[in-house]
Amino acid sequence: MKRPMTIAEKILAAHAGRDAVEPGDLVEVSVDFALGNDITAPIAIRIFREAGIERVFDPERIALVADHFCPNKDIKSAEQAKILRDFAREQGISHHYDGGEAGVEHVLLPEKGLVLPGDVVIGADSHTCTYGALGTFATGVGSTDLAATMITGKTWFKVPESLKLIYTGALRPWVTGKDLILHTIGDLGVDGALYQAMEFTGPVVDSLPMSDRFSMANMAIEAGGKVGLFNPDGETERYVTGRAVRTYTAYRSDADAIYARTVTYDCTAIEPVVAFPHLPENTRPVREARDVKIDQAVIGSCTNGRIEDLELAARVLAGRHVAKGVRCIVLPTTPRVYGEALDRGLIKIFLEAGAVIGPPTCGPCLGGHMGILAKGERAIATTNRNFVGRMGHPESEVYLSNPAVAAASAVLGRIAHPAEVVS
Amino acid sequence: MKLQGRVWKFGENIDTDVIIPARYLNTSDPTELARHCMEDADPEFSKKVRPGDVIVAGKNFGCGSSREHAPIALKAAGVACVIAPTFARIFYRNAFNMGLPILESPEAAQAIQEGDEVEINADTGEIRDISTGEVYRAKPIPAFMQTLIADGGLIPHILKSRSEK
Repeated sequence: MKRPMTIAEKILAAHAGRDAVEPGDLVEVSVDFALGNDITAPIAIRIFREAGIERVFDPERIALVADHFCPNKDIKSAEQAKILRDFAREQGISHHYDGGEAGVEHVLLPEKGLVLPGDVVIGADSHTCTYGALGTFATGVGSTDLAATMITGKTWFKVPESLKLIYTGALRPWVTGKDLILHTIGDLGVDGALYQAMEFTGPVVDSLPMSDRFSMANMAIEAGGKVGLFNPDGETERYVTGRAVRTYTAYRSDADAIYARTVTYDCTAIEPVVAFPHLPENTRPVREARDVKIDQAVIGSCTNGRIEDLELAARVLAGRHVAKGVRCIVLPTTPRVYGEALDRGLIKIFLEAGAVIGPPTCGPCLGGHMGILAKGERAIATTNRNFVGRMGHPESEVYLSNPAVAAASAVLGRIAHPAEVVS
Repeated sequence: MKLQGRVWKFGENIDTDVIIPARYLNTSDPTELARHCMEDADPEFSKKVRPGDVIVAGKNFGCGSSREHAPIALKAAGVACVIAPTFARIFYRNAFNMGLPILESPEAAQAIQEGDEVEINADTGEIRDISTGEVYRAKPIPAFMQTLIADGGLIPHILKSRSEK
């Protein structure tokens, strides 16, 4: 009888040309799609050239996205973005996104249907795990691994054990996928899923829209996970239909698949959550954080910069104003998200609320540009990391939250529950 | 491969933003990255560290970003080996791909003190604290990773297997 398998095991087996794999197996797998950005791809390109290779394995299966320090923040960043541009032209890589075509990579690639259910995707960016929301085995690697895949179209993995997370009950008002994942990281710890495949399941997850699923899969790495997977369903299919650039095969875990561990969360008990400095595991309910004054609120990033996230922030900011002395920075993540925000009147709401609206970029999330913190300043952000110095000065602080909490905090000048602002 | 060096100790969950802050990632020049290595944990580190020194840290070393600039900065700063109870998985892969030996040993990570002189046999995983005389054994490096190191890293390994085909 065939061994029952998890979705992670099924995808790896299929890409290794095997009937089955088990945790601990080392497998060489074919890669459906690979990506690099303006920070990581220049190193991969240098390694590619040093290896003396002339052509990439398939120019249609590689994306180069200039999103981190772009629009170029300084001369060095401009040089890095240029390396991508030159390499894309030389190799005929059409999925090179720059200037007005650029967006935050982990929102842009799913939006364009370049990463699909059942795929193996590697990216020289740790939040590549975002695509797990689609049922994609997607994980971050370094530049050397990216270079190797650009050469061979393959990579190697140790088959991870799977960790099953079951979300039951019902979501309370203002609780989003971001709160579920922060709560989970708070429970597991930043290395609680180290080397493992996290699998998000249960009735609450089944009813989550794709945007929340992306937010959750995005932060699997913040618990140490190799991938954060959802089993594809009707919602996945609706999202992918009309976008997919290739045919794909979706996989779902067998009912009797084997897990290293299973953890159940009753969502009825989960409130909007904030992660305190300087680790994503330092989570507390928002109501316990209401005495924390803020200088800046950032709404955007690969975690929470989708149109649904902007809608949520706009619900809180509509007809209200950012507190005096607080900078609220809204960064729509792709040209399409920006356009939709315009069409839906969200940009006007943000402008009238006194927010700064920036271009699609990772920007301040990693302390790059467009919202750097001074010594002693505090930001609430819908981003994914609150490490020391992450958004600027080593003595600044970042608190992580969902978009509604960030918006409410911008209005009150301190960390706030959206219900304090919206009746 | 045998290494000997002086120990610098760091805590748990040393993330890649501490190893090399993102504000310096507008370059991939190893010398420049080395100048800012571990800066947000110890601003003087790059001035104090000497070639061959060893970092001994707490669990989940290298968590966070996939930036290869992290092992590049450590290596260029002179760090010859990192010992920790566990490593974040992308860092673990990157370190081997870059040829920076790293060893998993909860016992060694706990017992070895800052300033101790240690001798490491990267092949066998034996760690000897010369200052105390204690010997620790790290988890063996998987055979596949040993092949990577023997071939000189991932890219030479690939080029070698391509020429053999």
